[in-house]
Amino acid sequence: MRRFLPHPLLTLTLIILWLLLVNQLSAGHLVLGALLGWLIPFATSGFWPEAIRIRHPLTLLHYLVIFLYDIVRGSFHVAYLILLGPARLRPAFVQVPVALKTELAISLLANTISLTPGTVSVLLSEDKRTLIVHTLDTDDAEAVVADIKQRYEAPLKKIFEEGVE
Amino acid sequence: MIDILLSFLILTGAIFTFIGSLGLARLRDFYSRLHGPTKATTLGVGCLLIASAVYFSVRDEGISLHEVLVTLFLFITAPVSAHLLGKAALHLKVKSLAATPEQENDTPPSPGQVFRPTVHD
Repeated sequence: MRRFLPHPLLTLTLIILWLLLVNQLSAGHLVLGALLGWLIPFATSGFWPEAIRIRHPLTLLHYLVIFLYDIVRGSFHVAYLILLGPARLRPAFVQVPVALKTELAISLLANTISLTPGTVSVLLSEDKRTLIVHTLDTDDAEAVVADIKQRYEAPLKKIFEEGVE
Repeated sequence: MIDILLSFLILTGAIFTFIGSLGLARLRDFYSRLHGPTKATTLGVGCLLIASAVYFSVRDEGISLHEVLVTLFLFITAPVSAHLLGKAALHLKVKSLAATPEQENDTPPSPGQVFRPTVHD
């Protein structure tokens, strides 16, 4: 099973992507999508040393809801700051210690940080332990770190890494 | 009714995209300018795409979900490009209003960590 279908999740994602790309649902495209979904992970399995396992699908769903809500909130916040005038902004670099181990979880965390209110991740230290985050307007760096850790990192850890080590 | 919804979405999208671009002109250092395109513009383009999905689903029979893909790819790529721009900027010591990590850091940087001093305005 594992040899012939190394990444079931990736296969499923690719089938859905294919159906969205052709923008129609038909048996022929389903078969073509399934073929591509099988062939692509198979041919590129060298790039995917570990299969992705989602341990808590419900937490993932909850995370996505928070994520989408925060994108909207972040957009309003940044728009407000831009309109208010840049003179009163207090930008800062904040170091966020990262407790995540898997690369997928870290990159998801960095992506989330960049899309949510007032923060953009700019640098991951080479030991993958610290994420440098630029905040647009803050006077309390520790609150920013605590917010990121509690709001995004904790669920990501639960989803991708519970039971690892 | 649909028309009102569509015009509302398109207007909101246009306004947010405009504010994002305005940020590029108004904000005062490179790192702050990264914020406009990653957030305000994302929501702006998101609104336009929802409008597009609704319009084409109503006009033709069958639903149009192309736009979900565009949104998805945008959400994946926008933070990555911002991250790379920021990383390159730190490396090139671009002028910053905020203290860069090296100056702010009390503990010595971990081995292999590259922080360059930054010239302040």
